[in-house]
Amino acid sequence: MKARVTITLKNGVLDPQGKAIQHALGSLGFSGVEDVRQGKLIELELATTDRVAAQAEVEAMCEKLLANTVIENYSVELV
Amino acid sequence: MRSAIVLFPGINRERDMARALKRASGVEPVIVWHKETTLPAVDLVVIPGGFSYGDYLRCGAIAARSPIMRDVVARANAGTMVLGVCNGFQVLTESGLLPGALMRNAHLKFLCRDVHLRVETAATRFTGAYCEGQTIRVPVAHGDGNYFADADTIARLDGEGRVVFRYATAAGEVLPEANPNGSIGNIAGIINERGNVLGMMPHPEDAIEPAQGSSDGLGLFESMVAALEPAA
Repeated sequence: MKARVTITLKNGVLDPQGKAIQHALGSLGFSGVEDVRQGKLIELELATTDRVAAQAEVEAMCEKLLANTVIENYSVELV
Repeated sequence: MRSAIVLFPGINRERDMARALKRASGVEPVIVWHKETTLPAVDLVVIPGGFSYGDYLRCGAIAARSPIMRDVVARANAGTMVLGVCNGFQVLTESGLLPGALMRNAHLKFLCRDVHLRVETAATRFTGAYCEGQTIRVPVAHGDGNYFADADTIARLDGEGRVVFRYATAAGEVLPEANPNGSIGNIAGIINERGNVLGMMPHPEDAIEPAQGSSDGLGLFESMVAALEPAA
């Protein structure tokens, strides 16, 4: 089973990379972009087939290493 | 002063740190590889600057979960002095020994230059050789030094006098234009509640003699020696 973890900066935390992307889009003529937030995607290949256990395990991984919950949110999707 | 420097793969400032510690204390520090699980008997543990694990995932994140960090945290909780500089500061926040996080510099540029710091408090074991309000000049070299913490944490740090260094002008004024990386409140270094764990982004170990352009950083090392080896 594959788990897809999406990590984004929390609302209110300045995202300078997102801002740089927004400016670059603007200079390319894409004028309608009101905000850009950049995050990261981590894909995990899991041995288990138990969805409930997998969800709990990956959330524990996020809390312990994958996300810094001071500044980041995470979401877990099992696919 | 017996000290240990923790070495992670990708760290590159351990020799500068060792030199500064030796100069101030006369004792060569012990270098401890991150896969060790126990530190030697020391008075001070230092996590130096560099790019542990290539800054993969987040700066300091993987180093903070290395085997040796369990003992670093245990020693810190038992009262041993711990100093983290630059990447070391990131490791200390990632390991939970200090609050907050270090984010990408607000203007996205890697900084490598001298800055001025205002010493906000001399009442710590790391800053006793300075005067409160003194301005010192030391270098910074980082891409992720933008200190962030939530409003409650900042209020607590301010209220408890735990902001040790702030970026300032040469005249010692804490102004937005003196902030190189976007850190909240121009924060350059903080200390834990107990006063034995200090984290800072600038590099005092690279400003210990006139040939380096400044010897203002030596005071930090002399402060630690004085705190650990009180004159008889």
